[in-house]
Amino acid sequence: MRLTGARILMECLRAEGVEVFFGYPGGVVLPLYNTLGEYPDIKHVLVRHEQAAAHAADGYARVAGRTGVCLATSGPGATNLVTGITTAYMDSVPMVVLTGNVARDLIGRDGFQEADITGITLPITKHNYLLMRASEIAPAVKEAFHIASTGRKGPVLVDIPKDVFIEEAEWDGYPQGVSLRGYPIMDVPREEEVARAAETINAAKRPIVIAGHGVVQSEAQHELVEFAERSDTPVLTTLLGISGMPEDHELSYGFLGMHGHFYANMAADRADVVIGIGMRFDDRAMGRFSDFNPTAKIVHIDIDPAEIGKNFKTHAPVNGDVKETLSRLLPQIDRNSHPEWRSEIDEIMAQHPTDYIEEGTGLGGPWLVRALAEATNGEATIVTGVGQHQMWGAQYYPYTKARQWVTSGGLGTMGYEVPAAMGAQFAQQEPIWSICGDGGFQMTSQELQTVAEHNLPVRFAIFNNGFLGMVRQWQELFYANNYHSVDLGQPDFVKLAEAYGIRGVRATTRAEAMQVFRDLEGYDGPVVIDFQLEREENVWPMVPAGAALSETIESAEDL
Amino acid sequence: MASRNTIVAHVEDRPGVLARVASLFRRRGFNIESLTVGHCEEPGLSRMTIVVDGDDHQVDQVCRQLFKLIDVVSVQDITYAPMVDRELALIKVSASNFNRREVLDMVEMFRADVVDVDADALIVQVLGDEGKVDAAVKMFEQFGILEMVRTGRVAMVRGTETTKPPAISDSQQAAAAIRAMLGRRPEGALPFASD
Repeated sequence: MRLTGARILMECLRAEGVEVFFGYPGGVVLPLYNTLGEYPDIKHVLVRHEQAAAHAADGYARVAGRTGVCLATSGPGATNLVTGITTAYMDSVPMVVLTGNVARDLIGRDGFQEADITGITLPITKHNYLLMRASEIAPAVKEAFHIASTGRKGPVLVDIPKDVFIEEAEWDGYPQGVSLRGYPIMDVPREEEVARAAETINAAKRPIVIAGHGVVQSEAQHELVEFAERSDTPVLTTLLGISGMPEDHELSYGFLGMHGHFYANMAADRADVVIGIGMRFDDRAMGRFSDFNPTAKIVHIDIDPAEIGKNFKTHAPVNGDVKETLSRLLPQIDRNSHPEWRSEIDEIMAQHPTDYIEEGTGLGGPWLVRALAEATNGEATIVTGVGQHQMWGAQYYPYTKARQWVTSGGLGTMGYEVPAAMGAQFAQQEPIWSICGDGGFQMTSQELQTVAEHNLPVRFAIFNNGFLGMVRQWQELFYANNYHSVDLGQPDFVKLAEAYGIRGVRATTRAEAMQVFRDLEGYDGPVVIDFQLEREENVWPMVPAGAALSETIESAEDL
Repeated sequence: MASRNTIVAHVEDRPGVLARVASLFRRRGFNIESLTVGHCEEPGLSRMTIVVDGDDHQVDQVCRQLFKLIDVVSVQDITYAPMVDRELALIKVSASNFNRREVLDMVEMFRADVVDVDADALIVQVLGDEGKVDAAVKMFEQFGILEMVRTGRVAMVRGTETTKPPAISDSQQAAAAIRAMLGRRPEGALPFASD
């Protein structure tokens, strides 16, 4: 059967089981939009800015555990995706990005709305394609989904010139497989590597696990718990690893890093064996590399061989999928117990809890996240932006289910919270709670219109202190209170919500906040909540930039 | 210690593959001394010889990052393997009736070839390892070098061993072969160990 390129693309998306994708039309993708009506089972969500399409696909992917899909036109449409693609790339989120391009004979001639998007996205995609024939679409899309969702996941871009959408090619069904010689699946670890890791772990006296995004992505929460219990190893997570370990488990000690828990940082620093699982020993998690726990032996399990040994010398490297590796490792792990080591950490925790909740009636970040946790029974899916609100969200909410925590970790993209929460809402019925910074919210608030259009029950909880809070905190602590360009003013977010036909509420006291939570029970539409926070609260504890984990400070006096 | 390392990569012969490799080197801050690319014994694949500056750890990273490119089929670091490496240089040397004989003597000493003659210049073709080419360039400088081009290193492992990528369709075996290729200690049981 002969079909146009546009129809072939849609047939491919249908074959991949794509339920929803996020896009914005423009000149060169009109042939594609012309066919969308024939594919009502594939819901197209019209965003109000292409950046939001990418973040929405990313948020959807992280919550659904499936590959997110977004679409933009050539030129500015495509370049507007770049921040969203990079965000997904840095956090290894599976995404297929579709872009239109100018007609083939105009490529390279600087035509209207031409941008070399495959060139631009070379360093921020796992792979990309520029398709010059309609017959290339089906195999390329098959490969794109395969590459995006296997190995270390990530975004793959497929760029299609306008006339390729129109050109006809033979369609004889979606390709069954791919043939990618340079891309073998490396899920299964080598036996000798597993054995060496087991030996190292069994001999450990003070072991610690640092679990990363890989645990969430390979859905290995169960295996991780079993491993921790069997070896009696306390578990820390990275920022992105949050929700990979149920935080109500007695072996869970929260997340480590720049604003990680004091006791988590100390535990990592004092362990004799550090077991990194599905993580990449990032600087924000590990502090100054040269002074991170120099005597620890490192066991590193990761799907990406390039991550192993990248930042630290590794004693026992294991290249493999986290779930696959843990299930092979488990039978070789001795039943062990480390009561002294655990009570040492427990003692640090008792002396240095993350509990910066001040007395009073005003709204503080830590108090508010705790209150939110209580109001939602700790069961909500939380999406955040980047900054103080993000760190409070990470510190004070008790995450127990995988994929309950969605944040931009690697790239640290402000403005992620609005569109990512919107996209994530398409993956579940229960309301998504988007913890927003007032700065980030203003970067992408145009999506309130999309949210309103689809009546999505997202709760946008703006942690509004009128400041670019984290930058202000740094200026206060490290630049002698020299505030510059951090006072954002305070627009009326309630009126803004109402302008979009969305329910807007405001809370300035703890009592009002509690009332808001009660009022929202059972409400199934979108809400914008302007939580007016104390303006100059800081996030503690903190590892100052360039310091070691052992130098974690708990207040400005420690500086 | 930084040194010059030789990496052989087989890549899919597709548009843009050189840009992908170059982009990766630029982004990761790896230093390319030279990169040569051309056809090899297998249609559809190109073979790159890449000379990079860096210590063991950096070169290890280069190989691993390179292999992550989908179009890169295999990567091998042959720095420590017994190998033959060659470079070709074309050197346009100033030579007139007064000194042509001296230039030709030098050509002979390096077992080089004269590939073009003009009243005031010669093009000399020098073939050898980089040390030899360096030495030749140095000696020809006294006559005046008008223009020069060097190809950069091409290299091949000695004996029956090859750097050819495994022709394996089974993904497990392919993964094993690739893991065996990566890493700088070919004799070690644990190619990914870095301590």
